Parts: sequence; C-alpha cells; structure tokens
Amino acid sequence: MTATPMPAPMEDQIAQWRQFLRRRRAIDSGDIEELEDHLRSQVTMLSDAGLAGDEAFLVAVKRMGSLDELSREFAREHSDRLWKQLVIGDGYSATAQATLRSDAFVALGLAVAAALSMKAPALFGHQFDEQATFYPRNVSLLILPHLAGYFAWKRGLGVMRTLLLVLPFAVGALFANIYPFSGPRSNTAMLTALHLPIALWLVVGVSYAAGLWFRGNVRMDFVRFSGELFIYYVLLALGGGVFIMFTVLMFNAIGINAERFVGEWLLPCGIAGAVLVASWLVEAKQSVIENMAPVLTRVFTPFFTVLLLAFLATMAWTGNPIDVQRNVLIAFDLLLVLVVGLVLYAASARDLNAPPNLFDRLQVLLIVSALLVDTLALVAIAARISEFGFTPNRVAALGENIILFVNLAWSAVVYARFLTGSASFAVLERWQTAYLPIYSAWATFVVIAFPPLFSFI
Amino acid sequence: MDLGKDLVAASATPLVLAILAEGESYGYAILKRVAELSGGHLQWTDGMLYPVLHRLERQRLVAAKWGTAENGRRRRYYRITKGGRAELAAQRRQWQVVDETLRVIWMKAQLA
Repeated sequence: MTATPMPAPMEDQIAQWRQFLRRRRAIDSGDIEELEDHLRSQVTMLSDAGLAGDEAFLVAVKRMGSLDELSREFAREHSDRLWKQLVIGDGYSATAQATLRSDAFVALGLAVAAALSMKAPALFGHQFDEQATFYPRNVSLLILPHLAGYFAWKRGLGVMRTLLLVLPFAVGALFANIYPFSGPRSNTAMLTALHLPIALWLVVGVSYAAGLWFRGNVRMDFVRFSGELFIYYVLLALGGGVFIMFTVLMFNAIGINAERFVGEWLLPCGIAGAVLVASWLVEAKQSVIENMAPVLTRVFTPFFTVLLLAFLATMAWTGNPIDVQRNVLIAFDLLLVLVVGLVLYAASARDLNAPPNLFDRLQVLLIVSALLVDTLALVAIAARISEFGFTPNRVAALGENIILFVNLAWSAVVYARFLTGSASFAVLERWQTAYLPIYSAWATFVVIAFPPLFSFI
Repeated sequence: MDLGKDLVAASATPLVLAILAEGESYGYAILKRVAELSGGHLQWTDGMLYPVLHRLERQRLVAAKWGTAENGRRRRYYRITKGGRAELAAQRRQWQVVDETLRVIWMKAQLA
C-alpha cells in the first residue's frame, strides 16, 4: 500500500512545518519523520471529526507544542546533537552515503600510494633520514601528485585534463634533480626544497578548481581548503608524534630499538599519508564543522596588531634600531606572510555585502603597522646589504618581501577605500585571489633560475 | 483539569511503560490511549511524548524499530523490554506508596 497524500494545500503546509523543524539542530531527520507521522494522524483524526482542513492542521500543530519548547526537550535528551559530528550514517541519503564511502576509499587508497611513493626512492638507494638534499627537494613531488589526482578523480576531471596536470609535476621533477647542486649544504638546493611545494601548490589548486580556476570564489574556496588542511595536518602531526613516541617507548621496553623503523618507514609514510587523509577530512567535513582558520584569524588579529604597534612605539621611544643580523630578512618575510594570512582568512569568512565594522578597522591598522615595521627593516637591511653580499637566500628573501609588501600595500589602499565606502569588499577579495598565482610564479622562478644564477652553491 | 508540569513529567514514564506493556504501539496511539484512559483529563503537549520515548529507549526500557503504517508511511513502533517491565513494576510500587499515604492523610482530613 502506498502513502495516501493529503490535499495539495495541506501537503504544502506540512512541508513548510517540516522545514521549520529541520532548522532545529536537536531534532534529526528520523525525529521529523516520526513527528510528521504524528501530525498527519492527528490531522486525519480531526478531519474525520468534522474539522475543515485548515482548522485541523492548526489544531494539530498547536497540540504538538511550540517549536522552541519541543526543540528544548529534544536537546535535553539528545545534547550530543548540538555538537556537530562527522559521521557517515544517519541523516544522509543512501546515494550521499555511497559517495562518502567511495570518497573515503579513494582517499585512503591514495594515502597508501603516497606513503609508498615516499619509499620508492629507497629502491635507488635514497633513505629518508640521509644527509643529502634528495628528500627535501623531492618530497612535494612524491606527495602532491596524489593530492592533485584525488581532486581530479573527485571532480571528474577527465583524462586529458588530468594528463595536463602531470606536466607541471614532470617539469618540477626535472628542475629539482638535473642541477649539479654542490653537496648537502647547498643553499640553492634548499631554496628549491622550500619553493617547489609553493610552486606546485598552484597545480593542486587548479585540480581542486576543476576548470574554474579563473573564478575568484573558487580560488577563495581553495584558500579555505588550504587553511583547514593546514590545521588538520598539524592536528594529525601531533597525534602522529604521540604514536611515534609510544612506538619507540614500547619496543624499547622489550629491548628492541624501533628508531630505525620510525625514521625510515613510519615518519616518511606518515608525512605523506597524512596529507591525503587531512585533505579528505577537510572535504568531508566542510559543511559539518565550522571552519577553524577564520576563527583563529579573529582571535589573533587583535594580538598581532597590538604586538606590531607596541613594537613601533618601543622603537620610537627608545630609538633602538633593528639589529640587522644575517637572517633578519627571513624573519620579516615570515611576519608579512603571517599578516597576509590573517588578511586572507579574515576575507575568506567575510560576508561580502556586510558594511565595514570594527574588525575591518583593526585589519587596516594591522596591515599599515606591518608595512611600517617592514619598511624600517628594509631600510636597515639596505644600508648593509653590500656588506653581506647578495647570497641566493638573501635575494630570494628580498624578492618575497617585495611580493608580500606589494600585496599588503594595495590591500591597505583597497581596505581604506572600503572603509570610506568608495569600494566594496569584493574588490579586496578579488585582489587577494588574483594575487595567488604570483606566489607560485616567484617560487617557480626561484626553483628554475636561482641554481644556475648562483652557480649551484 | 490541568495537571501540574512536574506531575505530568513524573507520571509520563509509568504511563508510557504501562501502555506499552499492553502491546507494541506508536506515538500517536500512545497519546490517544492516555486520553482515553484519563477520560481526557490528562493532556500532554503531543510533541513532548517523543523525547520521553527516546529517553526510555536510551535507558533500554523500550525498544524501537521503524515499520510501515496502514497508510503506507514509515512509522516508529515501540515495545517494552524486560528491563522496562521490571522498571514498571518498581514504579508501580512507588506510586502505590504515594497513593496510599495520600489516601490515609486525606481520609483523616475528611474525618476532622
């Protein structure tokens, strides 16, 4: 026997009522079904007793109790539902469950594949804990293709486009390995190791965007993904650290040294596999759990603003110049990276149409003070750059500093225009997302051009 | 007659268990049975029955499963468990104590 529907207007009313219930987090889909069954029974009974359709519906809804009270009672019984859980089960349709499951399957398979690729160089005599720069230079090439492949599969990218994605990885592998770097302490080899992941991250972004890379909002999604991935990765790494500690301790207790196993297998395989697992988690939970990166941004933006202002005030008050040491430029690069990150992730969580608020003013203050601090540092460094000489590290750091400075300077201008009401926030978002390829372009330049320019030192 | 909120809450467990002890049932029918038994004096807000049923299910006093109603829709049926019967017996004794005590004191009040 099939369900006998009520008259159409009644069905509409019931559907609307169901919508209201669905917004209550404490009431899940099974409860809604149960309550709806009750409502329908009640309406039928009242109609049979002679009430008109509308009246019967109103009386039945009233007898059900107010939504607030109902939701409170359900919340008392099911307080766990107020915590969003990542579970593959209740509340998903059968097809959604099948997608989630095949997703998990592919992600785990690729995680294993990435872990095995990390060990593949062992066949050619490279060990993960060796002194040479082989692993640092190649680690992104061993992991990121799997991640790009995951998105290519997930977004149904097609064979041609997927093959196109292989090209940049092949080029990366070429330039990471053809140069005759001068031994394990080669500066340019380390620059390659640091910059190749940044260059290739763009390729992951392109596969993530699946042909929509030129849309600002899709790029912003990739920015959000990257931020969440970073947070998940750090959490997994912490867990992995605990796991490794127990592995070593427990085998130590029975007189077996597990450190070799940890260094040659557990660590490299874990580093690679965790990237895929974390990516899968970010994708699976994106609609379930609040994004963490914007929350951290909100928490730390005021602190960093105060830090920078206090730094500037102290410099002005004491007259102490910046003590220019060899690596000071890198420290200020990192500061700018951090500020760009704060701007980017604040923008990623912002409602584009909301009017300027206090937090926006704070952001402008943060950007301007960061630019001031960086200018002071650059002036101090410029005075002594001839003394230090142009080493590859210093030139790379300087290039990055300029790129970040330009980003922030224009962000400050756009932000100021937004605050005065002469531009919308979307302009800032567009600027930030349009800027993303520049980081990768510079990183690519460093990987390809720096080693020969500085004769592989 | 409207019963106080606390009394409604306190009597919900034994009432639901007792009705389910008569046989498997579902939310709407349970409420109808309550109204019938009390001659319409005991009125619950309908929705509030379900959190009670879910609590009893969590306490394993009742068991629930999805079935199909006579109109073809999915419906959740509840039946009492062994633990539920034991709880019902215990509750019954407790209510009897309360009932007898009140009876005695009210009898005296009447006599005075």
